[in-house]
Amino acid sequence: MSREQRLSEIITDHQGREGPLLPILHDVQEEFGCVDEEAERAIALALNLSRADVHGVVSFYHDFHTKADSRPVVQICRAESCKARGVEALMEGAVKAAGERVKLADVYCLGLCSSGPNARVGDKLHARLDGAALNKLIENA
Amino acid sequence: MTIIRISDDALARACGADEVAAAFAKAGATVERTSSWGMQWLEPLVEVDGKGFGPATVDDVAAILDGTSDKGIGVIAQHPFIASQQRLTFARAGKSRPLSLEDYEQHDGWVGLKRARQIGSEQIIAELLHSGLRGRGGAGFPAAIKWKTVAGAVADQKYIVCNADEGDSGTFADRMMMEGDPFALIEGMAIAGEAVGATKGYIYIRSEYPDAIDKLRKAVNLCAHIIAPFECEIRAGAGAYVCGEETSLLNSLEGKRGEVRAKPPLPALQGLFGKPTVVNNVLTLCAVHHILAEGGAEHYQSLGIDRSKGTMPIQLAGNIKYGGLYETAFGITLNELVYDIGGGTASGRPVKGVQVGGPLGAYIHPDQFEVPFDYEAYTGLDALIGHAGITVFDDTADMGAMARFAMEFCAVESCGKCTPCRIGSTRGVELIDRIRAGGRVLEGVELAPQMHNMPKKGRSQEDEIKLLEDLCETMKFGSLCALGGFTPYPVMSALKNWPEDFRGK
Repeated sequence: MSREQRLSEIITDHQGREGPLLPILHDVQEEFGCVDEEAERAIALALNLSRADVHGVVSFYHDFHTKADSRPVVQICRAESCKARGVEALMEGAVKAAGERVKLADVYCLGLCSSGPNARVGDKLHARLDGAALNKLIENA
Repeated sequence: MTIIRISDDALARACGADEVAAAFAKAGATVERTSSWGMQWLEPLVEVDGKGFGPATVDDVAAILDGTSDKGIGVIAQHPFIASQQRLTFARAGKSRPLSLEDYEQHDGWVGLKRARQIGSEQIIAELLHSGLRGRGGAGFPAAIKWKTVAGAVADQKYIVCNADEGDSGTFADRMMMEGDPFALIEGMAIAGEAVGATKGYIYIRSEYPDAIDKLRKAVNLCAHIIAPFECEIRAGAGAYVCGEETSLLNSLEGKRGEVRAKPPLPALQGLFGKPTVVNNVLTLCAVHHILAEGGAEHYQSLGIDRSKGTMPIQLAGNIKYGGLYETAFGITLNELVYDIGGGTASGRPVKGVQVGGPLGAYIHPDQFEVPFDYEAYTGLDALIGHAGITVFDDTADMGAMARFAMEFCAVESCGKCTPCRIGSTRGVELIDRIRAGGRVLEGVELAPQMHNMPKKGRSQEDEIKLLEDLCETMKFGSLCALGGFTPYPVMSALKNWPEDFRGK
């Protein structure tokens, strides 16, 4: 199936719903790793919005990206509870372990606040990390 | 055959519960995946005939099965952490399988909804009012008043929206509820629908909670026939903290940027797609089924103190030895919560302070730990109960850095609609940096002789602190919503209680 076909399939899936834009953007992001200009145009046309409207929404939310990044992503929680449990001291090692190969992203709270520092890779969560465990997680990402 | 019960809560899974469960299954035991008891320092907690073992690893499996394990904690229900709680909202925690309709019914499931359908709209709202339930999301607005407004509005379509965008660090009660007892939330929404005449509900869950999204999607499908004609749909957020604010959440559901709306009009009159909408937090809706059961309202209002009625699921988090979920009546003190129940810090060092209510809550000094847990008492302290998350810090914490982080967080997450929040937060970061650097010195072009209107000298640390106080006032009273409006709480409380962390350098 071509990219255009898949895109229009996603749009058709959600078009009948109330407030279809976010569900469409989630699926497009998931499928293509980004919501690029071409996707924005197609979505805008289908939902009778301007491309500026769609781009405004894409750029507002942290979960949507305009460019695909093929690197694996490790999200590290850097909110208050994880700070209280020492995540900041692990960051230097994490950045070193990630290098150019892995993308480190900050996330503000994974809801495991009594057991930090916490991280997320894909849909898998990791708690009670120390420096060694976090670096290993990054190396295996 | 031995039945082994292990939680499938996200925290237990992040600590290796899936691997432990698989090892038990391999050893020939029957494994049931239940909700979590909330004793998070013991996760993964293994339950065998009511007795608990934890934190368990794959290596403990054989010993637990043959009864020689040294990780036993005795009967879980009698553990002091559990036995001293008053669990209403979390009554089923640890006891039922989250997606089992059979378990839910066995533990009084759907009782509230059935009764609500019999007594009708007016009586539901009267009982809710009697219970004294206040919105558990942070603002503490009486739930019954909101419902009454929506019930009284005339429209062809009304909505129930559940705010499950629990983004505050140090809070996880919503997550545990959605993962452990999803039907209770759906039942609460169906009751709300019955009360106000709404047939459609949305649950807006933040994307950082993949397990909760998955569980609720499944739960909604499983119980669709029970809640019909009410319909419930799950929507995922997209990583914007500000969408926990109700009007911003509504915009997000509509497929717009999550920008805050000015109020009025109230969402109760013009909410989702301009229709009358009840927006309630997960814990508010989850308290409803208990209140609507026979005698529930009377029981609920008999608990708590003053105008803070009922119980609050308190979350003990951060640098704490025994962290987890502690549901109890209002009125408990921080001394009891942090020391008696929480056991002090995990690091073993002295407690420096706690933050109550997430990133927008005040930092509270141990000198104030005697204040009772009560909405009005906290307001008197210039603090918030918020979502009742308590994050503990030990004496290594740098409160100046935490104040800076509060401003930085606000700058990152601001929706950009109002100036005090959008600009004020960025200026706040700069100001705190300057205070910590000792003040502001003139530099560059400011020193040029042509700049004769410039002040002749920079600003001292004291001047900068006054400026920060001024900025905080502006943000507090000038911001459109709680993000900009409450960011001054952590900043000012840190400055007031630990000035040495700002002036050190």
